[in-house]
Amino acid sequence: MFALEIKNLTKTYANGVRALKGVDLQVSEGEFFALLGPNGAGKTTTINILSSLVNKTSGQINIFEHDLDTDVIAAKSSMGLVPQEFNFNQFEKVIDIVVNQAGFYGIPRKIAFSRAEYYLQQLGLWEKRNQVSRTLSGGMKRRLMIARALVHEPRMLILDEPTANVDIELRRATWDFLKKINKEGTTIILTTHNLEEAEILCHGMAIIDKGVILENNLIKNLITQLEYEAYILDLTLPKTSIPKIDGLEMDLIDATTLEIAFPKDRTLNEVFDQLMQHGIQVHSMRNKTNRLEELFLKKIQFGVQDSGVSNAS
Amino acid sequence: MRLRENWISFYTLFRREMVRIIRIWQQTLLPPVITMSLYFVIFGDLIGPRIGTMGGFDYIQYIMPGLVMMAIINNAYLNVTSSVFGNKFQRNFEELLVAPMSYANIILGYVCAGIARGLLVGVAVIFVSLFFTKISVNDWIATIVIALLSSALFSIAGMINGLLAKKFDDISIVPVFILTPLTYLGGVFYSVDMLSPFWRSLTHLNPIFYIINAFRYALLGYSDVDLVPSLFIIFVATIVLFWVCHWLLKKGIGVKS
Repeated sequence: MFALEIKNLTKTYANGVRALKGVDLQVSEGEFFALLGPNGAGKTTTINILSSLVNKTSGQINIFEHDLDTDVIAAKSSMGLVPQEFNFNQFEKVIDIVVNQAGFYGIPRKIAFSRAEYYLQQLGLWEKRNQVSRTLSGGMKRRLMIARALVHEPRMLILDEPTANVDIELRRATWDFLKKINKEGTTIILTTHNLEEAEILCHGMAIIDKGVILENNLIKNLITQLEYEAYILDLTLPKTSIPKIDGLEMDLIDATTLEIAFPKDRTLNEVFDQLMQHGIQVHSMRNKTNRLEELFLKKIQFGVQDSGVSNAS
Repeated sequence: MRLRENWISFYTLFRREMVRIIRIWQQTLLPPVITMSLYFVIFGDLIGPRIGTMGGFDYIQYIMPGLVMMAIINNAYLNVTSSVFGNKFQRNFEELLVAPMSYANIILGYVCAGIARGLLVGVAVIFVSLFFTKISVNDWIATIVIALLSSALFSIAGMINGLLAKKFDDISIVPVFILTPLTYLGGVFYSVDMLSPFWRSLTHLNPIFYIINAFRYALLGYSDVDLVPSLFIIFVATIVLFWVCHWLLKKGIGVKS
C-alpha cells in the first residue's frame, strides 16, 4: 500500500507563480523517504498542500488510500506534520500545546496526557513540560513540534527540514528518534537540504526542482548512477605542479592537497599505482563531497531532460 | 469524525480560549468593568439626575441596558478578533487546519469563548450597576436570548475581522471606526424620539440600535422598536455571518495561500 500517492498536483499562487507543475509521487508504507530540492523547488508547497495549509490548484492526493478531498478526516488523522517554522503559541505551556493538539484530533484528555508524557519523555522535554514554550531553546522547540505531530499517533510523519539550524548532537538524537519510530512502523517523509541526512536515514528519495519531480528512486539505485568518484588526497611531499595522467582528472588545490576524479569502473589500486608511477605519494584521503550531493547537483543542473530515470521506488 | 470526537475537538478549542481569557483577566475582564463603572458614575450618578427621566425611567436606569449590551458586544467581538489574529500571527492557527476539525467546529470553538467573555463581562457590569440603581428584569427569557444571540453575532463578526486582518491595525479599524460609533449612535444614551426625523430614520438603519432596544425591552419593558423584529434581525444576521465565516475558512481566505 502507498502511504502517500500524489497524482498530477499543480499549484499556481495568486501572484501567478507556478510552484508545482504536475507532481507525481508515490511513497510506500513504512518507507523513510526524502524529498530533496533547492530553495523554491516546491518542497514546502507540496507539504503544505498535504497538510491543508495551502489550497492546491489541481491534482489528487491519497493518504493510505484516503482521498484528501473526499475522505478528509481519515486522511488527516493518518498524518502528522512538523513544519519548517515554529507554529505553536509562544505563550502556552509545552504540555498544553501537545495535549491540545491531541484534543483537536478528537483524543480524550486523559489519553492525550499519557501520550504527551510518553512523547515528551522520548524527546527529552518532559522536564520542561510546565515551561512556557517561548522560553525553550531552538532545538527544544523543534522537538516540541515533533512531539505535537506524533501525539495523535499518525501512520505517516512529514518533517519539513527537521534538523535545519540544529547542533550536531541534537541532529544525531533526532535522527536516532526518527529511525526508531520508522522501525516501529511509522512512514516518514522529510525534506532536507542536508544530503548526508538523506543518505543516512532514507531508503527512497525524490528530487524536485521548479515544481517538477526530476527523480524518484531508491537511494542505493541512485548511487549506482554516479559515473565518477571524487576524492581529496593529502600528499606526503609538496608539489608545485602535477603531471597529466590518462583517465584521471586532477586539480592541485595547494602544495599538499590534490583533488582527483576518475571513472567508477576503475579501482583505487589502479589509481594509486598510476600516482606512484608519477612520484605522487598519498598520506591520507577523503571523499570530495557527499555522493548524493554530486548526483543532486547533476539532476538540478540538467533538469528534466537529463533525469532519464524511471520512477521506480 | 464521530460526534464524540467532534465534541472533544470543540471543547479543546473552547477550553484553550477560556484559559487564555482567564490567564490574562487583567486585559480581558477587568478593563471593561472599570470603563462601565465610570459611565455609571459620570452619566448616571453625576449628570443623570440633572437630565431627569427618559421613557419614564431614571436616566441611569434608562442607559443601564445599553451599557451592559455595549460591554457584551465589544468584548465578544474583541475577544475573537484578537485571538484569531494572534493565532494567525503566531501561525498556531495551522494547528487547527492540520487537524481533522470541521470548519464549523473551529468557528464554534472561538465563538463560544467570545460569547462566554461577553456574558462574563455583561454579568460583571450588571453587578456594578447594582451599586447605582435597582434592576428589575421584565423578561428573563428575552434577556438571556438577546444576550446570547448578540454576543454570538459579534463574536462571529470578530472572527471574520480576525480572518481577514493582515496586520494589527486591521483588528482595531472595525472596533474604532465602525463598532463604537454605531454603538454610541444606537440609542445607548438617548431615545430615538429625541432625534429629528432624518436622524431618526438613519438610526433605524443601524443594526446595533435594534440590539440595544431589544435588550432594554427585556430588562425594562421599554423600547423604541418592537422586540420580535429586533430578534429576527439579530437572528438572521447571526446566521448570515456564520455562513460568511464558514465560507472564508473553506476557501482559506486569510489563512491559506
